Formats: sequence, structure tokens, C-alpha cells
Amino acid sequence: MRNLLKYLKPYKLYVILAPLSMLVEVLFEIQIPRLMGRIVDIGIQTGDISYVFVTGAKMLGFAAVMSFGGMGCIYFASKASQNFGADLRYDLFKKIQSFSFSDIDHFRPASLITRLTNDVIQVQNLVLTGLRMMTRSPLISIGGFIMAASINLKLSLILAVTLPILVGLILFIIKKSFPLFSLLQRKLDNVNSIMRENLSGIRVIKAFVRSDYEKKRFEKANAELTQVGISSGKILASSMPVIMIVMNLAVVGILWYGGFLTSTKELEVGQIIAFINYTTQILHSFMMIGFMFIAVSRAKVSSERINEVLVAKVDMSMPENPYKNPIKEGKIEFKNVSFRYKTGNKEYNLSNINLTISPGERIAILGETGSGKSTLVSLIPRLYDAVQGQVLIDGVDVRDYDLDVLRSGIGIVLQDTILFSGTVEENIKWGDDNADEKKVREAAEISQASEFLDAIPEGLKKTVGQRGVGLSGGQRQRVAIARAVIKQPKILILDDSTSAVDVMTEAKIQKGLKKKLGSATTITIAQRISTALDADRIIVMKDGKIAEEGTHKELIELGGIYLEIYKSQLGTEGLS
Amino acid sequence: MRHSPMGGAGRRGFRAAGMPVTKAKDVKGTLKRLWGYIKQQKIKLFAVVLAIIASSGANVASTMLIGRAIDKYIVRLDFPGLARFSIVIVAVYALGACASWFQSYIMVGIAQRTTQSIRRDLFNCLHRLPLNFFDSHAHGDLMSRLTNDVDNIGQTLNQSLVQLFSVVLTISITIFAMLSISPLLSIIPFVIMPIGIALSRFFVKRAKKYFSMQQKDLGELNGVIEETISGQKVVKVFGRERIIMQKFQKKNDDLRISGNKAQIYSSFIMPIMNSLNNLSYASVALFGGFMLIKGFGSLTIGKISNMLTYAKQFARPINELAGLLNILQSAIAAAERVFEVMETEPEVMAGKHIKKQTLRGEVVFKDVTFGYSKENPVLKDVNIHAKPGETIALVGPTGAGKTTVVNLLTRFYDVDKGTITLDGEDIQSLARNALRQCLGMVIQETYLFSATIRENIRYGRLDATDEEVEQAARIANVHRFITNLPKGYDTVLSDAGEGISQGQRQLIAIARVMLANPSILILDEATSNIDTRTEKHIQDALLTLMHGRTSFVIAHRLSTIRDADKILVINDGQIIEEGSHESLYAQKGFYYNLYTSQFKRVLQE
Repeated sequence: MRNLLKYLKPYKLYVILAPLSMLVEVLFEIQIPRLMGRIVDIGIQTGDISYVFVTGAKMLGFAAVMSFGGMGCIYFASKASQNFGADLRYDLFKKIQSFSFSDIDHFRPASLITRLTNDVIQVQNLVLTGLRMMTRSPLISIGGFIMAASINLKLSLILAVTLPILVGLILFIIKKSFPLFSLLQRKLDNVNSIMRENLSGIRVIKAFVRSDYEKKRFEKANAELTQVGISSGKILASSMPVIMIVMNLAVVGILWYGGFLTSTKELEVGQIIAFINYTTQILHSFMMIGFMFIAVSRAKVSSERINEVLVAKVDMSMPENPYKNPIKEGKIEFKNVSFRYKTGNKEYNLSNINLTISPGERIAILGETGSGKSTLVSLIPRLYDAVQGQVLIDGVDVRDYDLDVLRSGIGIVLQDTILFSGTVEENIKWGDDNADEKKVREAAEISQASEFLDAIPEGLKKTVGQRGVGLSGGQRQRVAIARAVIKQPKILILDDSTSAVDVMTEAKIQKGLKKKLGSATTITIAQRISTALDADRIIVMKDGKIAEEGTHKELIELGGIYLEIYKSQLGTEGLS
Repeated sequence: MRHSPMGGAGRRGFRAAGMPVTKAKDVKGTLKRLWGYIKQQKIKLFAVVLAIIASSGANVASTMLIGRAIDKYIVRLDFPGLARFSIVIVAVYALGACASWFQSYIMVGIAQRTTQSIRRDLFNCLHRLPLNFFDSHAHGDLMSRLTNDVDNIGQTLNQSLVQLFSVVLTISITIFAMLSISPLLSIIPFVIMPIGIALSRFFVKRAKKYFSMQQKDLGELNGVIEETISGQKVVKVFGRERIIMQKFQKKNDDLRISGNKAQIYSSFIMPIMNSLNNLSYASVALFGGFMLIKGFGSLTIGKISNMLTYAKQFARPINELAGLLNILQSAIAAAERVFEVMETEPEVMAGKHIKKQTLRGEVVFKDVTFGYSKENPVLKDVNIHAKPGETIALVGPTGAGKTTVVNLLTRFYDVDKGTITLDGEDIQSLARNALRQCLGMVIQETYLFSATIRENIRYGRLDATDEEVEQAARIANVHRFITNLPKGYDTVLSDAGEGISQGQRQLIAIARVMLANPSILILDEATSNIDTRTEKHIQDALLTLMHGRTSFVIAHRLSTIRDADKILVINDGQIIEEGSHESLYAQKGFYYNLYTSQFKRVLQE
């Protein structure tokens, strides 16, 4: 939590003024019972009406000043906490923007989202209550105690005995209940995640007729949650009356001992009333402190999760003097490249790849699922860094490039096609912000997206939801291709990006690419032989290695994996 | 899975006085239904009510007793009497503490058990709902009903309900007590309180405006966050980080401003009420003192002390009342949303049972017409006849209606016109579960649960042994991949990463079906992310498994379907061609074009 405190630094003034305002409130607030006691002891007992009025007016004045103090504190605390939250969220978001692909894989998007939203708000709320309640309660306790002691030292001995007991009790309850509360949170997460899964997987559950199994699973989680909820609730239920009884016993004790002290004229009646008032104030503050501990421990978990992201070392180092010349030729070389996603993995996903792709060459990559096709191409725009060896573009190691320069020269369509909410046009313009409508239209034509866009009245203005909801898989793929094409990249990578497009449309896309982006180096990962046919060179991968390499004809003649794939897809007709 | 509900960020922590509350449409009906749950524990609830009365009574009484102690004993210096009286006070305190302990102790159980039943009923009802319910409701909205709304009901039952009752009770008893001590002095708090309420209303109204602004800004910011982070890889690939940062910063600053205003306006109520509280306190002291000296209304020091305590006590619950009513209102709205889900017409599950062991597997679609909306038929007068053991392939362009055929056969949806029969029985007369148990499906979107790989495969047949699970994985060609993972079969699948590709996930889903050993197999684009070589392996395995059993295969890739007994070409919701690969090829029609386009260009070279 300490690491996050630096976000309060720019708002130092607020952070100082908030407790100061609170101090004003408390200073005047603690005077009030004492003044009241004086009205009783001096005004009433002596029948001095003017004293009653003067003191009463003083009390009213104090109450007014108090409220200004309180409002000031809220004003400054709100400013500090809102700005703190916004700055923290900004830095967190910025940090995530700098993450490499493997960092994103490591933290997982869903978890990053929770950290940016819920966790930041948790910590922000703690700052708010911290600046308000956490200054108020100690101030009231200390101030109240001083006031009480100044009324009568002997009587305050009762407080001196009660307070440690109360502190002990609160600590005991926190210690007892805290593990239960985090357990409760876990059980609740459990129940909610089963809910979530059943919602997302309802088709699978219905298809496999697993309702009863899921119900049983849920019933168990639900019962566990209820159980923990009851036991933690019961601890809280018991703690309040126990604290109350301690407090009230103290009040009776004060009454009794105070009464005794009045007989020896050491104390006035009004002072007893004031003393009891202070006592209840102090005890209430103590309880507040106790509850705040629970808030702190909850926010602590959040702050740790935030900090984890903030201190994460980005798993990709940037060159000190980056190479800033844009990609001109589009020549790609792999030199003894090996790669694996996690250091713990037993097998390398790529091992010892050597490959040179000339400028303008059109390469198709085929191979089994998991043979390393996507991995291979993801090293080119430096989505991941090679573990061994080098990837060079135009003779420069990709790790030496300025990352923006590198990626702006490469168009890539990922396997998982994600679009963003907005119009289709806006999505396509991701590739080039300055593109005019003509350019967008052209890109849509190349990718064959115009085929379905022309059929709807909104055309390019068709709005899509998050991730591209509202378009079918094949339509999304075509928009994603347009988005990459409009960049006019020197290197174009299509990672299985026509899998949901029918064969005829795919052929049209390929034709368009050849015509409009003929000079670009193109790498296409494909499942279908028909996708690969046009390529200058076909690469067949197996187990993270290049198994076969050559033109369609050469590979057919070679009679290896490629021929086998060919036969399995197209039979022998095409060969005769 | 990926879409966590973001709208309700910090749901409890962010709610304060003045927060806009979605109001329930039918409060009475919702409360009645809620009561249906609570009343199962009627006797306990009755005990709780008694306990609340006792504890509130003891609370007010103890204050009164202290006043009396001052007047009767302290002022008169009667110490033995004070000692005796102290015992009475302690006894009243003890009684109050016991009652309040008893009350919360019992209420925790009532609240938790009620929430448990609501949650259980909601979950069970989820499984009875037809699929079109899930299609027509936004995922995030449903998720928020299932989690946030139920939590909201639970927390309200647990804390706010009792609090509300005890607050109302305390206010009434306090008013009664004040009037009985001094009707004249009571005027002060009675006058100040409406001022307080009016003032707080003023601020609440202001705050409400800023709160809805804040809610809007928060919603938009969370939208940006969710969308950007879940598409982070695309953002990076297009180098859009800076533009996204700008967009984020704008929304973040909007929230900074509106959040600040909402916070300040809503919180100002507190110090204002606090000082009004003190105003009332000071006025009571002032006028009380004045009256005592002048001898009005038979006041005593003890009575003034009491009035002071009550004046303070009086303000606090009225303050709380507004907040509590807000919470209650939103809980009722939450309950209404939950009940709305439960009221949805469920799928009829009952029907005749069939056994997959004795099923022959003859499937007939007769003049089937169906549309997801009535105006837009997706299938028009479709006739399909699959003889037992036949493999039927469905081909055609995207959106032609292939998947709809599957949705009807599994009764995810019911036909609008025509009939579908299985072994001569109309599937409408069969129990849905019995029907589905006979069908094995691998569908377009692979859904795996966030559990271990072993558990995911075992989902196909729950009583399968580890060996059977591994055998299924071997047949689906995924065993070697799994054993190469650092944790093997115990690898927990989560929503992203772990180096498990889409294709591998599909293989796991196929293993799951393998294990289920269904009578009829449905493969809907099951192998679209799997390379043809691997697919070939799987198909060999599927062929063995499906030997003598009916199967339906949907695929773009024609190689997948060439070996089918019968190929149905669907276009625009109708079957336009039908026959074996050879006969369709010879027809030189739609299928021929579709097929040859895959290698036409090779021949031209």
C-alpha cells in the first residue's frame, strides 16, 4: 500500500488541509459537552440566566464553526481521493499499454480489467475514508480523553481501564473475523464463477445434459457460502453487544463513582453529564477505528493487486538508440531462432528456425495445429521476443527497431479477430487514421468486406458492438483484413484469417491483395490448400521446425506432408 | 467468461446518499414474492421482531434511567440508593445487549438461508430456460442479475432490513419519551429536524444530478477499459496505444470531475446534519436551562440530561432512514430483476424417454420451417432423411441455415412448421434431456470450463476413469500435447493464455464427445481451426466411433465432407442439391462450383 502513497504527493496540500479541517471540527465539537456541563453547574445551579444564554449562544456558534470544518475536510478529502484514483488509474492503464504480449498472457485481460476498475475504486475509497474517518476517530478519542481528564482525573481512571479492554476486544474480533471475511469473499467468488460459467456454457451444458451435475456443484458452493456467511455474521452479531455492554458498564461506573465524587464536592452534576458524553464519543470512535481496520485490510488486497501490475517488469526491453527508419524493402530473415512461451515448458514451440524471405515474396505456411505457425509470424512484429537467435527485417534486428516504426510497417491479422465498438469505417481506419473515405472503401473492396457492406443500407457506417458483435465470423475477418490492408504495409501477415470465409470469396481476396499490395512481402498461414496455391513459396511446419519448403509443384513432387495434406483435402482429381 | 460485469464497479462502496436508485415497477408483487421466501422462517422472524422491540426499548429506557439516577440519587447524594439503582441500569443494559445479540444472531441465519434459496431457485431456473432467452438478453445484464442483484438482496436482508425496523422503532420510542419528559422542550428537535430534512433534500437533489453524471462517466470509462484491455493485442499490433491513452484520459478526467462533485455534494449532508444535531443539542441545553431556572414545566437536571441524549439520538436515525430507504428501494428493484428471470417461460422438459442403447438413429425432417424471428424464416420447407448409420453432410455459404438444422435437432429451438422425427417419434414428444443424451455435439464455439483438462474431458461422461479420459484424448489426438504441458492433465484451463491454441481447445472438446459415446454425432464446424492432417486423424477415429451410427457434419472445407453418404447443399434456407459427392460433382451445379473452386487454379497452372 505504501507504494501507492506517492500518488497523493501532487495533492499534498489537500492531504494536509483535510485533517486540519477535521481538527477544527473536532476541537469545537469536544467543547460542546463541557459548555453544556457548565450551563448545568453554573447557570442552572446559580440561576444565572444570562450565563445560560451566553454559553448557549457560544455552543451555537461552535456548532456553526464545526460544520465549516467538517465541510472543508470533505472538500479536501474528496479532491485528494478523486485525483488520487484518477492518477492511479491513468498510470495503471499506461503501464498495461506498455505490456508485451507475454505480459498480457501472464496477467490475463479479465484480471487486468478488475484491477483497473474495482481495485482502483477500493483503494480510492480507502483514501477518502482515511482522510476523513481515520483522522476524526483518533482526534475525537484523544481530544475527548483530554477533556474528560481535565474535568476530573480520578474519574478518567475508569476510561483508562475500559479503553484497553475495548482495544483488546476489537483486536480479538478482527483477528477472529478477518480470515472468515476473506474466506467469505472466496466462497462468493466461487458461487459467482459457477454462475458465470453456466451462463457462458449453457449450450454445452444443455447438449451434454449436465444440468443436474451443475446444480449439484452449485448447491455445494452455495451451501458453503451460506455456512461461512452465517458463521462470520454470527461473530459480528456477537461482537456488537459485547462492545456495547463494555461501554455501558463504563457509563454506569462513571455514574456511580462520579456520584460518589459529587458528595465530596470534587465534581458537579453537570460535569458528570459532560463526562458521560465524552465517554460515549470516545467509545464510538474506537468502534469506528475497528471497522476501519476491516476496510483497510480489504483495500490492502486491492492495492497489492494494483501494485503487482505497476511494478511488473515489462517483458520486452527497448533499445537505447532505436532504429527509426521505416521498413523499406520488407526482407525478413530468421537466424537460428528458438522460442518457447514459458520458461517452464518442456518443449520449444520453435526450434532453430532459419528462413529468409525476399522483399515482395508471397509465402504460405501450412502445418498441424500447434506446429508453431502463429508463433513464427508473431516474432516478426515483435509480439514476442525470440529466446535464441535473431529475427531481422531489412537486415536490422527487430529488437533494435523503434517498436512503433516496426509495427507501423507491418500489417497483421490475428487469428482471433477482434473488432471494437463503433462503425465499420472507424474500425478500418485503425490502420490509418488519416485515410479518406475513398481509401477506406478501397480497402473494404480488397478484403471483400464491401460485398456484405454494400448489401446493407448503413454500408460503412454499420455499427458493431464490443469485439465486433453484430457481424458474423466471416464478416469480422474481412473487416480485420481491410484494417490491415489500409496501412499499406511493407509486410502483410494473415494468420488463418480467412477460415470463416468461403472458398470463392477467399480467392477474390487473394486476387485483390496481389493487385493492390503486390510489392508487399506477404505471409499467409492457412489450413486450406487452396489458400496456399498462389504463393511463391510454401513452408510446411512440423513440431516447431520447417519440414518442407518450396513451390506447390516442388512439394507435390517431393511427396511428403504437403502431398498428404493435398490428397486429404482435394483427393487425387487435381493431380491427374 | 471474458465479460465480467463492469457496470457495478465497487457496488457497495460507491453507493451513498443521493445515489440514483432504479425503482421497481411492481413493488407490491415483488415484496410478496420476497415474503414467500422469508416466511419459510416465520417463527424465527417473529422472534427477531420481538428482540428488536426489546433492544430498542432497553436502549431508550436506559437513557431515561440515567436521568432518573441523576435526579433521584446523585443530586440527593443517596449512594446506597445509587448502588441499588445501578444494578437496575446494568440489568436493563444487559437485557438490551442480549436482545440485540439474539436479534442479529438469528437474522444472519434468516438472511443467509433466504439468499441461498433465491440463489438456488435462480440457478435452477437458468437451466430450464430456452436458449433464445440467452440469445435475447445481453450477457452482461444477465450476469449482473445473477451476481450483483442477488448479493444486493442478501446484504440488504442481512443488515438494512433489521436496521430499518429498529431505526423506525427507535424514532417512535424516542419521540414518545421526549414528549413524556417535556412536551415544551421537545418542540426544539421537532422544529430543527424538518429543517435538517429539507436541507439534506436540497443536497441530495444536487448530488443526484452529479451522481448520475458520475455513473454515466464511470460506465463509459469502464466500457473503454473493458474493450481496450480485452482487445489489447490488437491495440498493440496497430500501435494505437497513444490514441487509446488519449481516449482513456478524457473519460478518466470526466470521471475525476463528476466523481468529485458527486462525492462532495453527497458528503456535505454529514457535517451539516452533524452541526444541526449540535444545534438542537445546544438549544435544548439553552432553553432547558432557562426553563429550569424559571421553573417552567417541572424540569430537573436529570430530565435535561435525558433530553440532551434524546435530541442527539433523534437526529441520527432520521439521517440513517433516508439512506436505508434508498438501499431498500434498490434491493427491491434487484429482487424484481431476479424474479423477472424466474418468471420467464421455461422449456418444457417432460416427455417420452428414449434409450440411446436401443436407438436406431433414423432422423427425418419433414417440411420444416423455422425462423429466429417470425418474419425471417431461416429454414423453409426443409426435408432431410437420414437413415440409421448414415453420415449426412451439410454444405453451403455462411448464413445459409446449416447451424439452424442442428439447433432444431437438439431442440435448442422448436420448429415453427413441420416435424422432426427420431426413429419415427416426433422429437417434440420426447423429453429434451433424453433426446440430448442421444446426441453428441462438437459446436462452432468451443466452450471449455475453467477446470482442469481432465475434468473438462470427463464432462462427457462423469463416471469415466482416468484411463478412459486419456484414451479419449488419445483418439482425439490431443494426448501427446496434454502430456507435454508442465502440469499435463491437471493443467487448469482459463480464459486466455496458457499456450493452448483454439485448435487444441477444439481437440479437447472432441475428446469430451468421444467419451460421451453418443448415438448420433453432430459436428458443426468442429474442425475449422484444426489442420487437415490432424482432422484426418480425428475423422478416422470418429469414423470408428460412428460406425453404424447416424451423424451430421457441417463444414466449409469440402474435404471433410467428401466421404459422407449424402451431401445436402443448403442455400438461403433451402436444400438446393442432394446426393453423393460423385453424383453432385457430375451435376455441375452449385456444389461443383464450390468444390472445384478449391483447386481450379491448380489445374489452370
